[in-house]
Amino acid sequence: MIGQSPLRVLIAHAALILGILIVAFPIYYTFVASTQTLQTILKPPLPLLPGDQLWNNYSEALFGGVGRIGGVSVGRLLLNTTVMALGVAVGKIFISILSAYAIVFFRFPLRMTFFWLIFITLMLPVEVRILPTYKVMVDLGMIDTYAGLIIPLIASATATLLFRQFFMTIPGELVEAARVDGAGPWRFFFDILLPLSRTNIAALFVILFIYGWTQYLWPLLVTNSNDMNTIVIALKKMVSFADADTQWHLVMVTAMLAIVPPILVVVLMQRWFVRGLVESEK
Amino acid sequence: MATVDLNDVRKVYAGGVEAVKGVSIAIPDKQLCVLVGPSGCGKSTLLRMIAGLETISSGTVAIDGKIVNAVGPTERDIAMVFQNYALYPHMKVYDNMAYGLRNRGTPKAEVDSRVRSTAKVLELSGLLDRRPRELSGGQRQRVAMGRAIVRNPKVFLFDEPLSNLDAKLRGQMRVEIKSLQRRLGVTSVYVTHDQLEAMTLADMLVVMNAGLVEQIGAPLDIYEKPASTFVASFIGAPPMNLLSLSTESSANELERKLLGLAPPGGQAAMLGFRPEDAELVADAEDRSGALMLSATVEAVEPVGAETFLHCSAAGNRIVIRVGGRTAAKPGDKLRITATAEKLHWFDRGGRRLDSTSPSS
Repeated sequence: MIGQSPLRVLIAHAALILGILIVAFPIYYTFVASTQTLQTILKPPLPLLPGDQLWNNYSEALFGGVGRIGGVSVGRLLLNTTVMALGVAVGKIFISILSAYAIVFFRFPLRMTFFWLIFITLMLPVEVRILPTYKVMVDLGMIDTYAGLIIPLIASATATLLFRQFFMTIPGELVEAARVDGAGPWRFFFDILLPLSRTNIAALFVILFIYGWTQYLWPLLVTNSNDMNTIVIALKKMVSFADADTQWHLVMVTAMLAIVPPILVVVLMQRWFVRGLVESEK
Repeated sequence: MATVDLNDVRKVYAGGVEAVKGVSIAIPDKQLCVLVGPSGCGKSTLLRMIAGLETISSGTVAIDGKIVNAVGPTERDIAMVFQNYALYPHMKVYDNMAYGLRNRGTPKAEVDSRVRSTAKVLELSGLLDRRPRELSGGQRQRVAMGRAIVRNPKVFLFDEPLSNLDAKLRGQMRVEIKSLQRRLGVTSVYVTHDQLEAMTLADMLVVMNAGLVEQIGAPLDIYEKPASTFVASFIGAPPMNLLSLSTESSANELERKLLGLAPPGGQAAMLGFRPEDAELVADAEDRSGALMLSATVEAVEPVGAETFLHCSAAGNRIVIRVGGRTAAKPGDKLRITATAEKLHWFDRGGRRLDSTSPSS
C-alpha cells in the first residue's frame, strides 16, 4: 500500500498540493482581482490577498448593467447561457436516448444504415458545418433566438453511441421478462430502460451542460443582439471594448460568475451520480 | 388449467441453421414436462417458441387447445423463470412481482393481496422492500418464481432456473419447485441440461439431441429402457456402460462371453448395462445366460454410500457401482457379471433392439 511510511505520505501530499496549486491559483487570482478597484488592477503588482471591493464590484456587475456590455446585465447573460446549456444538455439526451432505443431494441429496414449515418456525424464537428448551418438558421429566421442557439448543437452522435453501448449491456433476458410481463415498447422504455439509465443520464448531463455552457463559436455567430449574448461571448466583448477602457474589475467578476453554474452542476450532480453508480450495481 | 401441444415444430434461423427439426410433444394438463439434452440440442429454443419469444418457422404450438403461433408472449398467458432470473434491478421485490399484474390492469387491492400471499408461500414476506442486489442467489431465484406464480398463468416455463445456484441450494430448490408445481397444479415445461434435475422433477421427460426428440416417457421408464445409445449415455450418472460389438479389438473376446446371450432380433452393434447392474464375482467360471467380463481397475471413486470402480474391460472403459466400500485398488483384476435381463442391446444406428418393439 502507498502511504505506509511517513515519507511516502509526505511525498504523495506534496505532489497533490502542488497540483492543486497549479490548477487553483489562476482561479484564486481571478477572484482576488474581482475584489479590487480598477486602479489597483491596472497598477501592478496585483496583491495576493482579496481587496475590499467585493460587494461593490459584484453588485455593479449583477445589477448595474446599464451602460456596460451594451447595456446587458450579468443576470441576463447568465440566464441566456443557462437556457442554452440546459437546452443543449436536455435536448441532446432526449434525442440520443430515443435514437439509441430505436437502434438497439427495434428491428427495422436500414437500421444499420441509420446507425452509421449517426456515427458519421461524429466526424463532422460544428465548425465544419458552420456555414450551411448558419444559412439554414438565417433562412428560418432563428438568428437571435434561443432555438437558434440550441437546436444546431443538439444532434449528437456521442451521446447516442454512449446510450447504445449501455443498452447493449442490458441482458436479453430482462427484455424478454418484460415482454412476458406484458410491457410494451413504451412501458419498457419508461419503467425499465429509463430508470436503469439514470447514472448515464446524470453523467451525460454534467458533460453536456458544460459543453453547452462553454460554447463560443456558434453563439458568436448566431447572436447579433447583445441581449442574446452568452456570458462567454460577453466576456470576450468586454475585454475588447472599443469605446472605453476595459473594465478589468468587472471582467474578473463576470469570469467568476461564469464559473459558478458549471461548478454547481458538477457538485450537485456528483452526489447524485455516485449514489446512482452504487445503486445500479447488479 | 391447460395442455400444451407441439406439432412438428421447426425453427430455422436466418443463417439457415436448423435448431429444432420437427418436434411433436403433447403435454397433458398439470404435468411437469422436462426437456433435457446437451447444450445446443434445441431445448431452449423450443421453450422460447412456446413462450412466444422466438418465432416458429413451421409447425404449430397450441396452449389449451388453441394455436398460439401468432399470439404474443403477453397474450399467451404464460410465465417464465429465466436462468439469470432477469429481475428488474431497480425495482423492489414487491414491484418486481407486481409489475406483470399492473401491466394487465389488475386492481391495486388485488395486486397487493396476490403479491403478499405469493410472498408468504415462497417465504419472501420479509424481503418485499429489498432490491434484487440485496438478495442471495436462492432468494433471487424465489423472487423469479414468485413473479411467475403471482400471475397465476396457464403455463409455467422454466429455462434452466437452477443452474446459477450452488449444488446444495439446487437440491433444495428442486424439491421446492416440484412440490410447488404439484400444489398449484399448473402445467409446466422445464428445460435443463442436468439429468439428475430432469429425473427427479419430471412427470414426463423429453430427451432431446441435435434438434430432435430422442425419447419421451416417464423418467424411470426412460432410465430402464433407453431408446438409443444417446439416451442411455445421457440419462444416469455415471452413464450406462456401452460395449462396442463391432470393433475388432473387443469383438473376439466379447463374442466368446456372449455365447448363449442372444440379442432380441436385429443385428446388435452395442451392448449396454448400468453401473449398478454389474456384480463382482469371485469365481472364474463363466455363467450361462449372463455377461461375464474380466476387468482391470483403473481408478476407485469412493463417494460414501457407494463406490465407483472405473475399469477397462475388453477394450472398453466401464464403470461399476459397488454398494458401501470396497478393498479394490487400481491394478486389481476383477470378474464382472450382468444378468441377461439387465442388458440393453442397440443396433448400428444406436437404436434400441427390443423384443417388444422390434426395429430394423
